[in-house]
Amino acid sequence: MDLKDLYQEIILDHGKNPRNLGKFDNYNKDAKGNNPLCGDNVHVYLRLNENKKVEDIAFEGHGCAISMASASIMTDMVRGKEEKEVKEIVTDFLGMIKEKDSLETNILKDDEKTKLMSLSGVKQYPMRVKCATLSWHTLTSALDNSDQIVKTEE
Amino acid sequence: MNIDDIKREFPIFDDKIQNNDLVYLDSANSSQKPRVVVDRIYDFYTKEFSNVGRSVHYLAVAATNLYEQTRVSVQKYINAKDKDEIVFTKGATEAINLVANTFGQKYLSEGDEVLLTELEHHSNYVPWHFLRKAKNIKIEFAEINDNGEVTLEAIEKKITNKTKIISVSHLSNVTGAILPIKEIVQLAHSKNIPVLIDGCQGAPHLKLDMQDIDCDFYAISGHKMYGPTGIGILYAKKKWLEDLPPYQGGGGMINEVKKEGITYGELPNKYEAGTMATAQVIAFNESIKFMEKIGIQNIEKHEKELLDYGLEKLRKNNSVNIIGNPKEKGGVISFTIEGVHPHDIATILDEDGVAIRAGHHCCQILHDKLNLPATARASFGVYNTKDDIDKLDESINKCKKIFNL
Repeated sequence: MDLKDLYQEIILDHGKNPRNLGKFDNYNKDAKGNNPLCGDNVHVYLRLNENKKVEDIAFEGHGCAISMASASIMTDMVRGKEEKEVKEIVTDFLGMIKEKDSLETNILKDDEKTKLMSLSGVKQYPMRVKCATLSWHTLTSALDNSDQIVKTEE
Repeated sequence: MNIDDIKREFPIFDDKIQNNDLVYLDSANSSQKPRVVVDRIYDFYTKEFSNVGRSVHYLAVAATNLYEQTRVSVQKYINAKDKDEIVFTKGATEAINLVANTFGQKYLSEGDEVLLTELEHHSNYVPWHFLRKAKNIKIEFAEINDNGEVTLEAIEKKITNKTKIISVSHLSNVTGAILPIKEIVQLAHSKNIPVLIDGCQGAPHLKLDMQDIDCDFYAISGHKMYGPTGIGILYAKKKWLEDLPPYQGGGGMINEVKKEGITYGELPNKYEAGTMATAQVIAFNESIKFMEKIGIQNIEKHEKELLDYGLEKLRKNNSVNIIGNPKEKGGVISFTIEGVHPHDIATILDEDGVAIRAGHHCCQILHDKLNLPATARASFGVYNTKDDIDKLDESINKCKKIFNL
């Protein structure tokens, strides 16, 4: 294990200065996520236009560097993508965090994949995986219009 | 007392943990176990095992005697008047649930008030919340002051003529504040209100005398007292145990069972339904003996020295904020580092073998009040040394370095 794998520059940067932090007025989908074990929470807001494209996305919440960076990178990455594409990216990301060595989707460009792979360090820290995945599960919940608050504990 | 000798009695420190010497600063969560306790469980299962209180064969009688010996040891250790005032439970959580459930059934009705404090652990809030849902009672919270302590005056302020029971911590697992429980009990009794003390953090670190404190109930966690998991103690004055209804029904707690009705067993069986955590109860006797051998006064003194040293050291460390500043404080230091989330602190410290806890420590009401989603917490046990605190301080500096502070 190496802390440098976990706390890469890009994570520290996004963790300290999260992009898309806040709430915007004309969102039409949102969902909340909690990590009851540690008290982290996130609220994802997004606007899906008539062509099912993510016109805008933002999040509110607080948590560790990993969870903040993950939400920050995620929101950056899915803006402008179609709902179907977003879901494919989410599935690919969660698969990578859980078991796969790399990202497989063709939707993301190589530099985007590199950015996302910076979160792969959490694999070595099983207790921290849910920090990286909370905002992604919450995004899915928002797209599915689920009223259920996402919880990381089963 | 020689800490190196004491530390050697704990097998967990024999080996490296992830290539590091273990710096265990999470005893408020659960303490490590001395060899005598671990061995006792093994010996009981391999040489002496039988269920207790039922059969008349040799092993059953011997096991029953061992089980009851722990009851007497606990009675003496906490200076309870009678051994029947000691009820074994699966933990302090169950002990508090037992009181909330049975006392609630018999004595609480709509509009009645239960008085807690803002620094209670969830285990001394959620069981009362069940009654709020079921019986429409009210829960009041005595406020903490800026030092993170709850004063007698803060308690007094919230007592009304509807207050039916007061349930407070002995020692806060977050700020470390030691509450003036004897004075709280005197005040409550002057108004005819019974008092439950959540002694999870009190019992492992402070001298206990139930007859002197005079509380009605006192909940103890075994695994925080160098004992096995799965064992807790409810101390309750005999008048309450005789008066309140049973908690769980099953074997062992009955007197006579007929189709048309059931009578319950005598104390303490009335509250110990089903097969209990026999091996753990028997091994817990070794935990008591272990603590008695060192002497609770010596444990208190040692942990106070560690606390003073730790506070001095961390106060000197820039960017470290210590949560609460109670005058009477146990061996707990909760802290935050400006710019580093507590979970990141815990992960980075763990890399050096420094085991702490991060989160809300099952005290969300308190963290809301402090306006902090989470804190990092170092807590001490009898095996900790000043060297452990130096390592904590070094690792904190490493956190700051990684986060460019």
